[in-house]
Amino acid sequence: MGVRIAEEWLHSCSGCEISILNIGEPLIELLEKIDFVHIPVLIDNKYYGQLGDGKELRIPEADVGIVSGGVANQEHLEVLFEMRKKCKVLIALGTCATHGGLPALINEWGMKKGIDDYYKTPTTEPCEVPSEVVPKPLDRVYAVDEKVKVDLMLPGCPPNPALIAEVVNALLEGRDPAIPGKSVCDTCPTRREGKGGVSRVRRFLQNAQYDPEAPIDEMRCLLEQGLMCMGPVTAAGCAAGRGVPSCIRARVPCRGCFGPVRKKGNQMLDMMNALASNGIDWKSVVDRRSLLRFSGAHGLLKPLSARKGEE
Amino acid sequence: MGKVINIQPITRIEGHAKIAIHLDDNGNVSDAFLHVMSLRGFEKFIEGRAAEEVPRIVNRICGICPWMHHLAANKAVDGCFGVTPTPTGHKLREVCQIMAHINDKILHFFFLAAPDFIIGPDSDYSVRNVIGIVKKAPDLAAKVVKMRQLGQMMLERFAGKAMHPIAGVVGGFAKPMTEKERRSLLDDTRTLLDFALFSIDYAKTSVFPKYEDAIEHLGAINTGFLGTVDDTGALRLYDGHFRLMKGDGSLTEFPVHKYDKFLSEHVESWTYGKLPYAKCWNEGFSMDLDAPKGVYRANTLARINVADHIATPRAQAELEEFREKFGRPAQGTLLYHWARLIELVYACERSIELLEQDDITDTNIRAKVEPKAGRGIGAVEAPRGSLIHDYTTDDNGCIVKANMIVGTTHNIAPMNMSVRQAATSLIKGGVYDEGLLNKVEMAVRAYDP
Ligand code: SF4
Ligand code: SF4
Ligand code: SF4
Repeated sequence: MGVRIAEEWLHSCSGCEISILNIGEPLIELLEKIDFVHIPVLIDNKYYGQLGDGKELRIPEADVGIVSGGVANQEHLEVLFEMRKKCKVLIALGTCATHGGLPALINEWGMKKGIDDYYKTPTTEPCEVPSEVVPKPLDRVYAVDEKVKVDLMLPGCPPNPALIAEVVNALLEGRDPAIPGKSVCDTCPTRREGKGGVSRVRRFLQNAQYDPEAPIDEMRCLLEQGLMCMGPVTAAGCAAGRGVPSCIRARVPCRGCFGPVRKKGNQMLDMMNALASNGIDWKSVVDRRSLLRFSGAHGLLKPLSARKGEE
Repeated sequence: MGKVINIQPITRIEGHAKIAIHLDDNGNVSDAFLHVMSLRGFEKFIEGRAAEEVPRIVNRICGICPWMHHLAANKAVDGCFGVTPTPTGHKLREVCQIMAHINDKILHFFFLAAPDFIIGPDSDYSVRNVIGIVKKAPDLAAKVVKMRQLGQMMLERFAGKAMHPIAGVVGGFAKPMTEKERRSLLDDTRTLLDFALFSIDYAKTSVFPKYEDAIEHLGAINTGFLGTVDDTGALRLYDGHFRLMKGDGSLTEFPVHKYDKFLSEHVESWTYGKLPYAKCWNEGFSMDLDAPKGVYRANTLARINVADHIATPRAQAELEEFREKFGRPAQGTLLYHWARLIELVYACERSIELLEQDDITDTNIRAKVEPKAGRGIGAVEAPRGSLIHDYTTDDNGCIVKANMIVGTTHNIAPMNMSVRQAATSLIKGGVYDEGLLNKVEMAVRAYDP
């Protein structure tokens, strides 16, 4: 009998689960040592029994629980509480689970407004918002650790399969996983020349300047080229096993999908500071709040009405 | 009072849904529903965002088909800003989209759907999964895992991120393809074409013949179909115009930007998923099994039905064989799987075709872009169906309004009908077991929601 793993997805996109599959061939070897007892994307284990007549939502006991997605409705809560109850170790997988992720952008309006307006688009027939059988929304999107105790956070949108494998192996071997603690910039090979005489950041409307035939370390840092790049304030991880941060490899600036590098950091404020300390006018950033696009849970993104008077 | 059977969650699909089967006092099915349980509200929270950022936000709508959202969004933003991508910009986008289709089809057929067929629909649930296949058919499983990984790495190597991509940009693409990249991608896509041909042969000889009855009857309903074709009526995934086919084979064609004149979305109180229907048929909306109104299906079977032909030779040969056997339009719900494998062959052939074009390595990949006020409507054929993004921007090029019709959504009404059809025909007099309930789920799984 291997280590028992239960996996669940909450307010998620299934990308975290695909990242688990993207471990690829090493996953086949891992399957010798682990037993998935519950994982809806792959295994037909049902909450209410295989005949659908149970009264309570049940997930089997497991040594390790993995949860992707934030928490945005009653069903997510119920599933999450059951996971916490049944799993000895609980891992929050992906930036939705660790920091709210992209869906937490709705926290600028609240879940209710997001749902109400979805049923008012021009192609939608006039209607009432669905309310029978479907789970009731919470007021906003929460990160998993706002609702239950989490033992290990593995962010990334998507998370890096190499790091997921590292965490599982570390658990199997009873050691601490080696997870990078630095920033994306610390893993980025681009050429930095110090202050680049940039006073404003540009929107990404023109491609970066580089020679496509030349190695990536000959390209100048995108921030020094005047493009908004969130590498300085974002947790490293996407480059692990790949050598180059994923977006930078495509010559595209970082948008912060691994969440803040500082524990409990605020990617928006941290980025403003990073810009200011490089002499760059932070007001040149269009839609500053979108710098929190991956980490809007933990009360960082709030409805306009609630944040009046704060600024 | 009868009882309710809750199949929750529906498993081996992408997303959050459950089936509720209502039985009357005699244990017969009085009604059955597919409930979509979650809603994230992307339409709302892209409001205020700089439009050029949106293609790297909406990709998170789906972790299985992020390229589709990424590219439909890029096209919509092109429209808002009034820019036409360079020819190579379009080709690089298309080659990525097609490679993503290859991965998706391998994933769906072998990882999600195949356990029902290879392990068997009535087998114990603890082995009826891809891990069961690893144990029962290790050689096949090793090959499948390897091929899927190859497809994923291809995209990652060239475009930085295979999942939640960033390389498509308003005006075109962020990086050109070097000659070296092109050659290595060609090698890999040729390997994948061999695998695609192996897969469809394998399915036709070892899988489908065992399930002829289910293919004809399980979840079978009569509906129309929606897909995308070019001016010659050939199947297209990246661009073209919409073609809507009625169950009797008659056609309505319309350009992507007129989608709101032809389609409308119905809402029921018991599901978060909207139910699109063909407004242009002027018959309203009904999910009555004997006389549905306005209901059409999207996704593989729909595209294979609406296309007159496929422009690549191997896929065309497969289409002819399919049509010979099942007619046009083919209505059997499990035929979605067969159609998926035909598209897999097309996607491999098409990616080779694109990579063989000389100008794929051209460095003129992005047109000049200026943010401005406008409206743009972008569409692509996603694995799960026609995907439409419709944005309006303000003078600063930020989003003020958005509407989307996502691939899976088109199939919500048909999935409900298939569930009801399957449940009603399988469950009688209160007699059912786990295998029967799984067969009801198989009717949903075929749509790959
Ligand atoms: S973290 Fe990213 S990949 Fe994971 S569920 Fe959220 S959006 Fe999807
Ligand atoms: S700012 Fe961006 S481009 Fe520059 S070093 Fe950091 S991650 Fe790399
Ligand atoms: S470069 Fe930044 S946005 Fe891109 S994958 Fe890495 S952390 Fe995410």
